[in-house]
Amino acid sequence: MAHRKSNFIHKSWAVFRKDIQLEFRTRYVINAILMFALTVLTAVSFSIGPLRLRVEIGAALLWIILFFSAMSGLAHIFVREEEQQTADTLRLFSRPVNIFLGKWFFNLLLLYSLEIIIVPLYFVFLNVPDPVLSIFLPVLFLGSFALASASTLIGAIISQASARGALFAVLTFPIVLPVMFSGIHGTQLSFARASFLDCLSDLQVLLSFSVVILTGSVLLFEFVWRK
Amino acid sequence: MRLKITNVCKRFQHREIFRDISFELTAGDVMTVTGPNGSGKSTLVKILSGLMRPSGGLVEYFLNNHKLGAEDHFRYVGFVAPYLQLYSRLTGWENVQFFAKILGVGKTREEFLELFAQFGLKGREHDSLYTYSSGMRQRMRYVVALMHQPPILILDEPTSNLDVHGVKIVYELIQKRAAKQIVIIATNEPDEAKFGTQEIKLHS
Repeated sequence: MAHRKSNFIHKSWAVFRKDIQLEFRTRYVINAILMFALTVLTAVSFSIGPLRLRVEIGAALLWIILFFSAMSGLAHIFVREEEQQTADTLRLFSRPVNIFLGKWFFNLLLLYSLEIIIVPLYFVFLNVPDPVLSIFLPVLFLGSFALASASTLIGAIISQASARGALFAVLTFPIVLPVMFSGIHGTQLSFARASFLDCLSDLQVLLSFSVVILTGSVLLFEFVWRK
Repeated sequence: MRLKITNVCKRFQHREIFRDISFELTAGDVMTVTGPNGSGKSTLVKILSGLMRPSGGLVEYFLNNHKLGAEDHFRYVGFVAPYLQLYSRLTGWENVQFFAKILGVGKTREEFLELFAQFGLKGREHDSLYTYSSGMRQRMRYVVALMHQPPILILDEPTSNLDVHGVKIVYELIQKRAAKQIVIIATNEPDEAKFGTQEIKLHS
């Protein structure tokens, strides 16, 4: 047997690269998330007309759009493997941790990339106040990190179920509820031009949640992945 | 290399597929698993490969009399089966490169090309797998399964979708491997069952 000693980062990177290659050849997830976000933004924009949204509603709308956009696409990373019957081949060739980290990084990067498009459109379509960027950006960064981490593990769980679409949002929502609360509250503070110190507790919650969910996911993934 | 199976059983909910299967294989052994459709041949080979957990019993791999951890079994197994799909949107070459990377196989470009040539896929390495026929996909499964020279080769319906030339390549491969490695074949083809030095007959 000829085995090169390559560490788990290289192997996880190979999984990530393969998923990027596949995504750019099919564009399923990118299109699903973008179309969902654009539809919601347009619908909300038409329904509120020229009214200026209250900061509480504007902040909640942003996180609802991000949550359901993530739900519309992020599970696909595992669902695709099961639907195309490549999951068993993948199970045969690698340790679960490499697969999880590769797919988690794909989901994380995808969500960040799409937010580069979705968030500016949110400010264009919806009449919300300008945020304090030193609060808004860390809240968005950490909130998306937590959202992508939770979505990746739940995506692996639901990929083996039959009613995938409905299950994904239903299972993910209670888990990411702390992220939604802190994300919405932190965004409200950024719209209300609060100081960074006021937002610190929200950032701490988002950071702690991200660390816990990522660590938990790495530990639990093997039980989810192995049949 | 030694493969030891002790009292393995499998149940799906309340339905028992098989129970108390025990055997031991060492290098040079060829085991055939035969039985009617639905008797659990594929289930058994999935359990042996580590792809599926048994409901009871033990599957143990030994290398130089040292027991290997279950998480490392995949390094020692090459598994070919019609239900193990490769990535149809990637080319044959990209598939091999990807699986080699995640397995940590260090082979040269020439060595990979040699494998493609061995299975009659020379010149088609850079075509997407969705342009391959079902027989060519089966040949690709062999290329991927053999790239790390596994000491245990598991074949489920080994000649599925293959033409006469493909069948000849596979039979030569089994004969060559049988001399120094463990080969397990799940089949209903009498020609393939003849390769076995040991046999497990499953009943539905």
